[in-house]
Amino acid sequence: MEKYHFKPKSKIKEFIGRKFIAINAYASLLAIILIFIFIFKESIPIFTDADVKEEASVGKMVLKQHYYPDRPAKWSWQPNSEVPKFSLLPLFIGSIKAAIIAMLFAVPLALGAAIYVSEFASQRMREIIKPIIEILSGIPSVVLGFFALIVLATILQKIFGFTSRLNAINAGIALGLAVIPIVFTIAEDAMRAVPRSLRDASLALGANPWQVSSTVVLPAAFPGIAAGIILGFGRAVGETMIVLMASGNAAIISASFTDSIRTFAATIAAEMGEVVFGSTHYNVLFFIGTLLFVLTFLINLGGDLVLVKLKEKLQGKLS
Amino acid sequence: MRDTIDKLTTPHSDIVNTVVNPKSTGKIPKGLTLLSVLIIAGMLALILSNVIYHGLGAISWDFLTLPPQNGMEGGGIFPAIFGTAALVILMTIAVVPIGVLTAIYLQEYTRPTSLVTRVIRMAINNLAGVPSIVFGLFGLGFFVGFIGHGIDKIFYSGTRPVWGQPAIIWAALTMALLTLPVVIVSTEEALKAIPREIKEASYALGATKLQTIMKIIVPQALPGILTGAILAVNRGAGEVAPIMFTGAAYYLPYLPTKLNDQFMEMGYHIYVMATQSPNIEATKPILYGTVLVLLTLTLLLNFVAIYIRSNIRRRRIHA
Repeated sequence: MEKYHFKPKSKIKEFIGRKFIAINAYASLLAIILIFIFIFKESIPIFTDADVKEEASVGKMVLKQHYYPDRPAKWSWQPNSEVPKFSLLPLFIGSIKAAIIAMLFAVPLALGAAIYVSEFASQRMREIIKPIIEILSGIPSVVLGFFALIVLATILQKIFGFTSRLNAINAGIALGLAVIPIVFTIAEDAMRAVPRSLRDASLALGANPWQVSSTVVLPAAFPGIAAGIILGFGRAVGETMIVLMASGNAAIISASFTDSIRTFAATIAAEMGEVVFGSTHYNVLFFIGTLLFVLTFLINLGGDLVLVKLKEKLQGKLS
Repeated sequence: MRDTIDKLTTPHSDIVNTVVNPKSTGKIPKGLTLLSVLIIAGMLALILSNVIYHGLGAISWDFLTLPPQNGMEGGGIFPAIFGTAALVILMTIAVVPIGVLTAIYLQEYTRPTSLVTRVIRMAINNLAGVPSIVFGLFGLGFFVGFIGHGIDKIFYSGTRPVWGQPAIIWAALTMALLTLPVVIVSTEEALKAIPREIKEASYALGATKLQTIMKIIVPQALPGILTGAILAVNRGAGEVAPIMFTGAAYYLPYLPTKLNDQFMEMGYHIYVMATQSPNIEATKPILYGTVLVLLTLTLLLNFVAIYIRSNIRRRRIHA
């Protein structure tokens, strides 16, 4: 028999290896902290610098402003005009409008598809539908934006006769295509995580498959469905290229969904390239970035908490 | 008679009956949910067929190998293909080691309930939800502004920036942060699929933890790591917002050869051609051609990733 040589255990090597792996594991945490610090750092002058505050204090970005003495006060985003105007309200309205349309379009479709896949579809159908959703999620957002700009906008205008070709509805639908895979995946996961015992019990009591779904599976999976919608909303608020290309980028305050819109994310993308380094405009764009970061951070945190609770509920108490 | 028995055995049957309509057979819900699947599939088919129909005519050997000519109205997109490839290669080199080590740390060194794991996991989830445009801002503020300018100040005395300007290395590092969660999640899934017995056999033979990880776990997890890398490349090739201010250029007469060169990229190329072309009809064939090339690349990567992953999943079920 061959003699086997054990390598001696080196405690130092183990220790260094462990520490090296651990350091790398903290990279994500470090990244999140650095992102916040470096985005926020560039927006600090808004709170401290007198010259910057003169043009764009938090109050001026939120409240109505008298830009010209002879004209009524208004909210306006015109950072490059002679009197720079930095009201965030038009951008806020644009972001919300795009997100609302996206959710109205995406949530029913995504949930419908998720229910179909988890409750009705045969194994073969499942194997066809799931890759379809994965392909949709694999389409780069710039391609979705391109499609909305060149094709979808023309189709929608022909059907509905919009005055502005690029508008909230056009951008929202394209945005919805990016949201569908997120809502679908999380909702479908939640439905499939409902323990078999619950379904079986319900079936044994004489319920038919749809009764099992609607009274047992969907209520049990509800937190997961909610989390999917929350995380999808986070994506809709933060998505850049689609709205940049498909929304028309006009900072208008209106309640109409057929007007052009300009969102927070698209504003940063469109204006950061030409902004003077260190100017008020530069600080304001980073401030918008900070807002987006904090907003999506809270949305994601909320979504994750709901998912963790769901996991505990399904694995712990019920099964 | 049956009603009486029901009432006797299950006192709440009245309540249940008010929730579930006993006549509902589930045909209508099934039809409606199937309809949403069909709408999603239809939209996807519309996008793909439109791009293929208009793009196929533009594809030729010259299109793939020549630089743009006549102000983007002729020639090819070779520099953009080259730049995209260079970007994702640099990104992969940066992101895969960190992502894999993070996954190993979370799976092999810590308990899932420990505070460290929970904090890191929360950071990863949030990193995955940060809007891509915020990554772009961060890349500009941190990599270009802080690191790049810092290097210039310490090592170079000239007035012209050497590293403190948009460059392919900064774009690649920004993209690496964006794709970090993708690599971590994929690797973790692969690590979870490794049967316990293999690890225990390794320990039983006297191997240390580090030896087990290097010799047993990482080789076993290679398909999962590969999936993660492919998905990261897929994501990195499609994202535009993070590289807009950190290194991408619309037109360059040369290819990037140094780490601090700017570069052309397909997604950015699509964005600029689609939104800023003076004559959209003349650029349309090239635009569609570029979209088709980008879409083919990302979807191919997607299919490969789905294929490898389904093999891993199958192995886990049989193990």
